[in-house]
Amino acid sequence: MSKLSWKELPIGTIITEPGSARKFKTGDWRSQKPIWDKEKCNSCLFCFIYCPDSSIIVENGEMKGIDLDYCKGCGICAVECPKGAIKMELERR
Amino acid sequence: MPIRALTGNEAMAEAMRQINPDVVAAYPITPATEIVQLFASFVADGLVDTEFVPTESEHSAISACIGAAAAGARTMTSTASQGLALMHEILYIAAGLRVPIVICEVNRSLSSPINIHCDHSDTMGSREAGWIQIYAEDSQDAYDSIIQAVRVSEEAFLPCMVSTDGFIISHCMQRIETLEDVEVQNFIGEPRSPYSLFSKNPITVGPLDLQDYFFEHKRQEIEAMYLSKPVIKRVAEEFAKRFGRKYGFFEAYKLDDAEIVLVACGSTCGTARVVIDNLRKNGVKVGLLKIHVMRPFPQDELSRLVGLSTAKLLIVLDRSDTMSTMGGPIYVELRSALYNSRTRPLLVNYIYGLGGRDIDVEQITNVVLKGEEIKKTGKIDKPVDYIGLRE
Amino acid sequence: MPSLKELSKNAGLFTGGHRACGGCGGTIIINQTICVAGKNTVFVLPTGCMEVVTTIYPYTAWNIPYMHVAFENAAAVISGVEAAYKALTRKGKIKDKWNFIAIGGDGGTYDIGIQALSGAIERWHRFLYICYDNEAYMNTGIQRSSATPRGAHTTTSPAGTVIPGKPQFRKNLTEIIAAHGAPYVAQASPSHWADFTRKVEKALNTDGPTFINVLSPCPLGWRFPPDMTIEIARLAVESKFWPLYEVENGKYKINHRPRKEVTVKEWMKLQGRFRHLFTPANQKIIDEIQAEVDKEWEKLSRFASLSQGEAD
Repeated sequence: MSKLSWKELPIGTIITEPGSARKFKTGDWRSQKPIWDKEKCNSCLFCFIYCPDSSIIVENGEMKGIDLDYCKGCGICAVECPKGAIKMELERR
Repeated sequence: MPIRALTGNEAMAEAMRQINPDVVAAYPITPATEIVQLFASFVADGLVDTEFVPTESEHSAISACIGAAAAGARTMTSTASQGLALMHEILYIAAGLRVPIVICEVNRSLSSPINIHCDHSDTMGSREAGWIQIYAEDSQDAYDSIIQAVRVSEEAFLPCMVSTDGFIISHCMQRIETLEDVEVQNFIGEPRSPYSLFSKNPITVGPLDLQDYFFEHKRQEIEAMYLSKPVIKRVAEEFAKRFGRKYGFFEAYKLDDAEIVLVACGSTCGTARVVIDNLRKNGVKVGLLKIHVMRPFPQDELSRLVGLSTAKLLIVLDRSDTMSTMGGPIYVELRSALYNSRTRPLLVNYIYGLGGRDIDVEQITNVVLKGEEIKKTGKIDKPVDYIGLRE
Repeated sequence: MPSLKELSKNAGLFTGGHRACGGCGGTIIINQTICVAGKNTVFVLPTGCMEVVTTIYPYTAWNIPYMHVAFENAAAVISGVEAAYKALTRKGKIKDKWNFIAIGGDGGTYDIGIQALSGAIERWHRFLYICYDNEAYMNTGIQRSSATPRGAHTTTSPAGTVIPGKPQFRKNLTEIIAAHGAPYVAQASPSHWADFTRKVEKALNTDGPTFINVLSPCPLGWRFPPDMTIEIARLAVESKFWPLYEVENGKYKINHRPRKEVTVKEWMKLQGRFRHLFTPANQKIIDEIQAEVDKEWEKLSRFASLSQGEAD
């Protein structure tokens, strides 16, 4: 993002683009990576309601995957999944 | 125009009634309590449509004002002294967020020692908070300035405080000319705000601003102060055109040929005028420079005026001290404003009236006569001295 | 009670890309809250972890109106926003119905912000105040607050050779707010999301001030692995350290009665902040903590059964 001068910025320190944090990828903080097993998953969505990083992709009430752009690899989803459908493994880059 | 007898507090409260703000959040404090009290009765009697938020502290009052102003509401409050000091942290935030808020302030000394009477230490202590500051000389000035402050604040997108001298103005009855409600409404127009929390595009207000952008945002705020000058001027001119009473950054009284100029703000200006009229009968060429707007400080305008004048000595009367050992705030700032002028007059400073100590005609006459000596000899023994203090 | 499928429709109102630590309890609480509240909600946050990590200029994780002013005044700010809403609605300038939610940490709620909160509740503004209680000043580096439990190590109540962690018991803020007579006051935990989201929904449907105190495990400050956040929250409930209950118009109701006996020690031993207590010399402190938890639970049960009696 190119940085604006004081003459160009909106006044009052407000942020006019809602949800702009999406442009800041926190995925590279990860040392562990969640691996989702679609076959075992029953879309109970516990992972969604417990994820601290809004990284569970849900469409029409169905679990669709994990957004690795933001997932910090905390592993809560793996611990809380009642079906054992998420496993953590070491992140390799 | 209706002519009425009102105290300073009543005049400010009446202006608030006519402004009919969307939100007033306030907390009582001597000597400003009456303003809040009167306004609460306007709310109770259905004379205004305002949502009144009687908070549990001044800190919460100004915080609620910021919330309301960010939501797009026309917002006002009132306070004095310790109350303004308790707001101190939040004053800066109001200015940084660029929300228009108007405070009806009543000057009272700051503790310690505790005292309920007038000096300017409270508002002078808030000079760097980013608020426009107007010092009213009397009830009429207070009434007129509050109405103008709403426009100024909403056009400059900066908060604004208008202050009167505690008890001296706030509790003394004076003859004032008020406007009709409709005239006030037409003058202030519809509320304007820089943004609204309820707008269609959701905004984030007050984010954490680190090394990358903080400086730019502060520079914007500084620029807003520069830009508020033409706004203050334009609003004052329009007010004068519509209602016949003229205000500006300062007022020059008998300055044309003055060799000694008294500089002051607030109610003392009235006493100074009497001194000037008396002394002029004896051939002393003395005039008055009344500082009306302290923030933004009218540096260019003042140095131009002084540069063009015949002034040889400025006697600056300050009703507070900066505790810098350099004198009172008006003195310090005026001296700084004049530093680059080619024709710099001599400057002396008198601190007076702390904690409500009276200042009278005789005392001001004496400092002018002392000034005559300085003018003649060019020698200043004490650049900063005191009036009415037991030595 | 909203289902997870329904709640997931509001996914994205609070986005990823915020800078909270991995496994942060606070962001889970915000997300659960926002999924119930929906888009016509103004959030006000005091200074604190959640304020800092979600809005580093020019980035914001908020897809709905958000405002921060200072540390001690979130409740005062939201009362101003709500007052403006009332005034502008009366003048026809706002047509939609809006929710008003303030979310502050225990520092901004139990301590420095309690005056503003008390005032706003007494003035009866329509708003929900949620405290994400992580039991210390985490944003400044884990200093004790009045919410820090007895015995916990923090940087200003360190486990030293003479004083073993915080000497005092925690303040019971939920009871303090209940004593204000607010129409809806509750205690919740992100582990019990169905209970918590139901409480948020109930609060938002209440015409007056409401308060929910939510336990917010902090991996960094409590010293546990980040994948254990929810499990630790759950054990706090199961051990009765953090009872789930609500006070509706003065009537107490316990929302979850643990089926099996879990001692508070079992909850504490998972957290590094209590590690120094697990010595023979400090056993008596753990006993005192257990006795306090039992006493509080007994008191709560008494209140609940009294309320039950009144209901009958």
